Amino acid sequence: MALTIKEVEYVAQLARLQLNEDEKQIFAEQLSSILEYVEKLNELPTDGVEPLAHILPVYNVFRADEIRPGTPREEILANAPLVEEGQYKVPKIM
Amino acid sequence: MELHQLTIHELQELLSRKETSALEITQAIFSRIHAVDKQVRAFITLTEEEALAKAREIDNQGEYGRIAGIPLGLKDIFCTRGVKTTCASRILENFVPTYDSTAAGKLFADKGILAGKLNMDEFAMGSSTEQSAFFSTCNPWDFTRVPGGSSGGSAAAVAADEVPFALGTDTGGSIRQPASFCGVVGLKPTYGRVSRWGVIAYASSLDQVGTFAKDVRDCALVMNIISGKDPLDSTSVDLPVPDYSASLDGNVKGMKIAYPREYFQPGIDSQVQEAIKKALIKYEEMGAIVDEVSLPHSEYALPAYYLVATAEASANLARYDGVRYGLRDFEAANVIDMFSRSRAEGFGEEVKRRIMLGSYALSSGYYDAYYLKALKVRRLIADDFSKVFAKFDLIVSPTAPTVAFKIGEQIGDPLTLYMNDILTVPINMAGLPAMSIPCGFHEGMPVGMQLVGPAFGESTLFKAAFAFEQNTDFHTFRPALEVK
Amino acid sequence: MSKDYEVVIGLEVHAELKTKSKIFCACSTAFGAEPNTQVCPVCSGFPGMLPVLNEKAVDCAIKTGLALNSEIAEFCKFDRKNYFYPDLPKAYQISQYDLPICKGGYLDIDVEGERTRVGITRAHLEEDAGKLVHQGDITTTPFSLVDLNRSGVPLLEIVSEPDMRSAQQARAYMEKLRSILLFADVSDCKMEEGSLRCDANVSVRPWGEQKLGTRTEIKNLNSFRALERAIEYEAKRQMEALEDGEVIVQETRTWDEGKGVTRSMRSKEEAHDYRYFPEPDLPPLRIDRDWVDTVRKSMPEMPVQAGQRLMDQYGLSQYDADLITQSPQNLKFFDETLALYADAKAVSNWMMGDLTRLLNQNGMEIQDAKVKPALLAEMLRLMADGTISGKMAKTVFEEMFVSGLDPQTIIKEKGLVQISDANSLLPLIDEIINNNPKVLQDYKNGKEKAFGFFIGQIMKATKGQANPEMVNNLLKERLNRE
Ligand SMILES: [Mg+2]
Ligand SMILES: [Zn+2]
Repeated sequence: MALTIKEVEYVAQLARLQLNEDEKQIFAEQLSSILEYVEKLNELPTDGVEPLAHILPVYNVFRADEIRPGTPREEILANAPLVEEGQYKVPKIM
Repeated sequence: MELHQLTIHELQELLSRKETSALEITQAIFSRIHAVDKQVRAFITLTEEEALAKAREIDNQGEYGRIAGIPLGLKDIFCTRGVKTTCASRILENFVPTYDSTAAGKLFADKGILAGKLNMDEFAMGSSTEQSAFFSTCNPWDFTRVPGGSSGGSAAAVAADEVPFALGTDTGGSIRQPASFCGVVGLKPTYGRVSRWGVIAYASSLDQVGTFAKDVRDCALVMNIISGKDPLDSTSVDLPVPDYSASLDGNVKGMKIAYPREYFQPGIDSQVQEAIKKALIKYEEMGAIVDEVSLPHSEYALPAYYLVATAEASANLARYDGVRYGLRDFEAANVIDMFSRSRAEGFGEEVKRRIMLGSYALSSGYYDAYYLKALKVRRLIADDFSKVFAKFDLIVSPTAPTVAFKIGEQIGDPLTLYMNDILTVPINMAGLPAMSIPCGFHEGMPVGMQLVGPAFGESTLFKAAFAFEQNTDFHTFRPALEVK
Repeated sequence: MSKDYEVVIGLEVHAELKTKSKIFCACSTAFGAEPNTQVCPVCSGFPGMLPVLNEKAVDCAIKTGLALNSEIAEFCKFDRKNYFYPDLPKAYQISQYDLPICKGGYLDIDVEGERTRVGITRAHLEEDAGKLVHQGDITTTPFSLVDLNRSGVPLLEIVSEPDMRSAQQARAYMEKLRSILLFADVSDCKMEEGSLRCDANVSVRPWGEQKLGTRTEIKNLNSFRALERAIEYEAKRQMEALEDGEVIVQETRTWDEGKGVTRSMRSKEEAHDYRYFPEPDLPPLRIDRDWVDTVRKSMPEMPVQAGQRLMDQYGLSQYDADLITQSPQNLKFFDETLALYADAKAVSNWMMGDLTRLLNQNGMEIQDAKVKPALLAEMLRLMADGTISGKMAKTVFEEMFVSGLDPQTIIKEKGLVQISDANSLLPLIDEIINNNPKVLQDYKNGKEKAFGFFIGQIMKATKGQANPEMVNNLLKERLNRE
């Protein structure tokens, strides 16, 4: 299963990763060879096999609806690259 | 023996007899670190001042026990309140959490002293610690070799006597493989045994916190502290935690040990295989019953793992967007570019590669063929183990296909590097506890033996590992570090 | 709307559930706090943070499901919905994809005497995102600000089948759904605060066509009026486009309240590939039938049952019953008033008339009004026994609404008491007739206007306090004796 540059660009767009032309080329090659290896799974018939998403036989883990104080604003904003009026400041959307 | 060479339980005894103090131990640890870490390069951050202050405070209180007054290291994936936590990534280079991860917090509550934060592969993605964004860590047995990964800094620090013990995380072998490469004890507990809260996520359904120690007794001691249900982690399990130290009786008579034929194949270094086979003979001599079994889906574990792990990682690492913390590109004109450029600058090659692979495996049109297929294979792998554990107490195998390889040897080829995890990954897929203990040497480098138990069967691992330790002396060997 | 086209509408409603704390952390959900003061590392998406599910949110979902005649899943799980946006801290929303907590269901709406059953496709639990505030105009601002107070507030997303055929039906559905959520006590449903939000999927097709037309999704509908207007506009736009031979593009549109138009939100960056997969940090749910039964037993009377009760017991019309059952507070007011004054039609008229008008004018909720059921009942009693006239009652009611004083006091203070005493009215009537012999003559000559003149004079002399009915009767009697 060879990955095209266009597919690499699409996935990079989904994952919000800016790639240069060299990187696109390298990823296309490397991901293709990894996918080729992964194709090995198709040797295995898995019809009727229940997918395993949660390994533990655990269900219904809850917390009670109780309020606890959050983190002080100054503290939680302390790691932010840009802050204004107690909010995270980001460039415009479009 | 000098203080830095001792185990937790040896230090604890000296402390309780008042023959040393937490301050003396901590000073000894830091002078050792200053002496050797220029070469080993295990630490990203040292917390010397705070450690010495804490040691004085503990000495003033004068109460010792368990790990009180004992220094420790944390893989830099554990969030620590007020102490920079980087995950060995540029994107978190300046991140200072406001919270302690539960596991670290338990150690601190037990008066363990943080010596510093340890190097790793960026976001735990790697098997050599060469993928750290900052620097590679060297194997203390041979500085030209890797310490394994991703918890390479933790393994190397313990092997080099820089700390008596350290925590790591294991998603596909990230504790066991470096423990094997560095000749120390490394345990990955059952998924759900130790809280993951505050531990930076790589692949949530596979990640598990565990520990590196110089011997099995120390490992059990640490596990007694960090195990148990955490109300903040929905996947931590509400089961009683046995006293693991109580299982250290050295008795394996009648224990049924299986060795899977799929784990002794060409591709696994024959000398490594040889070391494990000798260990199995040792177990037989000690009264265990050893038999060959089959885990027929073993060869599918690695490809399935790389799909499941990278898919989860692609979501787990999406939060690094430059909004609330971490690296931001300030040149971007709009928010979409800001995301893409910050992430491109902040993440290393391997991390990008895995995010790309995982995003692809989940993307429209490919979900069923890749991700869902991998989940089905995961079921088959877990079932393989269940069948064996219906009849056996323990599975034994090599931990890694080879001894530690040379720095730079595999870095160019992702697939070759991924093959390091071939013997450890199936255990994460099945959520089982597993341990690597030293069992021999090859090319002057340690060989690790992997012990795998049934879910929540850590006591069995401790029992078998301790018995082996009692009857061998591999764990007593330390690298002869040239102190400059 | 058009003779040639049929409109097809389905609604996706997001209701914020009425829990004290957020769905996956213990931060408060209270509305209106200073930005980023109800946040923690979990709801701010910090590294290493894990979600723990609020049990109350699940209870609310089960309750709603039962009220909407849905099947409550025995097994369900959470999934991650992946997309990047500055107000989505983890860059994924924890939601439910293929196994929602509520499956199927319906609710009935009545529009212009016609009942329509609207199918419910599903209802699922998810977390809300934060709030993005644009500095200035969205199209020109260089920066936006992110407030995460709302991030992690529990939401129930209720998806309807495309069963509505007009904007009025869509509005009725929304109103009925709101009343159900209010009666079930699972959401505040304050559209202006965003605790009830609605996206509309709208398409049109030629009459008789079976296949659905291409739909657009309209976002940002934060009032019933906006919902109705936006659908009307959008349907018209699509019909005109089809008439002009254009093709409808499947897209997301936003409603511009000021200009009264929908606008495309398309941007070339938007590739919707959410890459859903099971949330590994949350164990699945097994909802056993005992749990569902317990919730069922705890359910209060729902608006449908209450409305039926009002129609059966008091003979109210469907229309009146729907209005009274808009909210549990409304119904409570009605029931309490009726317990004190047993004329359902009168109570209903006053509630739906003057009370609703005054509440709307003042932007108030019925439970906050100073007029209480006891006051309204007393006022109605005074009206019935002739103490005050209907016109006076209007004045009394307005005063009660403002001051909350009891009607007796208001009547006294304003001197509003109606003169219903024949002994005090008769001399006055005599006097007025005697003073106007010419008009009396006109009356005798059959001029109807003359009667009205006398009434006017009497009312004027009593400053409008004379009981009009009584004056009417007394005057007639008196004149007939002439
Ligand atoms: Mg939604
Ligand atoms: Zn929170």
